[in-house]
Amino acid sequence: MKNTIKVKVWRGNEEGRFEEFEVPRQPSQTVLDVVTYIQRNIDPTLSYRFACRVGVCGSCAMTVNGRPRWTCRTHVDKVAQDGTLEVSPLRNLTVVKDLACDMTDFFDKQNRAEGKFHPTKTRNDDFAYILPDDKQRKQAALGIECIGCGVCYSACDIVEWNKDYLGPAALNRAWTLINDVRDGGNKERLAAVAGDAGCHACHSQQGCVEHCPKHISPTRSIAGLKRATAMAALKGEI
Amino acid sequence: MSSARVETKLWVWQRLSAAVLALCVIVHLAVIVMAVQGGLSAAEIIGRVSGNYVWLAFYSVFVLAVSLHAPIGVRTILKESTDLSPKLIHAIMALLCLVILAMGFRAVFGLFNAGGM
Repeated sequence: MKNTIKVKVWRGNEEGRFEEFEVPRQPSQTVLDVVTYIQRNIDPTLSYRFACRVGVCGSCAMTVNGRPRWTCRTHVDKVAQDGTLEVSPLRNLTVVKDLACDMTDFFDKQNRAEGKFHPTKTRNDDFAYILPDDKQRKQAALGIECIGCGVCYSACDIVEWNKDYLGPAALNRAWTLINDVRDGGNKERLAAVAGDAGCHACHSQQGCVEHCPKHISPTRSIAGLKRATAMAALKGEI
Repeated sequence: MSSARVETKLWVWQRLSAAVLALCVIVHLAVIVMAVQGGLSAAEIIGRVSGNYVWLAFYSVFVLAVSLHAPIGVRTILKESTDLSPKLIHAIMALLCLVILAMGFRAVFGLFNAGGM
């Protein structure tokens, strides 16, 4: 292992340039460690976003050597090319400054896809009893671990082509709720995800599946939405 | 009709027509491969399809499936890669559908009625 690594970091917002830094190498060093080192020891004006550092919060996603990744769980060893790193903000989101993006569109789209729970019971009702091997519970479980990091959204070419497209994370969230038997909002949700910027815009290219750090397949969830909306349309429900 | 309903129905039609086309293309290619074994000639093709109601029905279904499948696909491409208005895109879809139907059925009925050659 070399003693240092060359790191090119995006500086600016939509307009900007790469700035090169030399950072000491450490064993098991993550890309987030590298960015943090730069900010704390070389240039305190560098802006980036992180919180938990352990792959739970979904705050620290960036583009690393051309691919969107969660930087806190991405080891430099695995992604450095010829001993260099290039770190830039996520694609498909407005850059606020340096490596920090404005996530507003990303989270607004979760709302537009009816990605919120519509309760059907009150606190006075009994618990819902859902067996672990229930078919719908299993479907929901496949997509429920999303941490909202935006990696899939950044990897998606459809988002790039169509700025209104809801994107993999929002559609995956909608699919988990469709399979939640406690939820009563499926009619609105199916109508919300079936518009011209919804699930039918997905080409199943699977860039989201390839890059999701939680190994979720939003493409599978979107395929489920396509089937569910088709059934709803045939029944005249949407 | 709402956008949700339109998009969903177009998706269903495209998938259904794709399923039909998958079968049609396999039969079409298989027949071509089998036919050229004995040498390909116009007379041989006409001899097979002319006056044959089974082939007439088969190729009619083929043309109908293409006339549905292609315009829906072209619509998606135009929506994603151009700034054309939805009205213009729908007009192009309708025109493409009519062109495919006209050319397709001209060929289908041309061969069906070509027995006099």
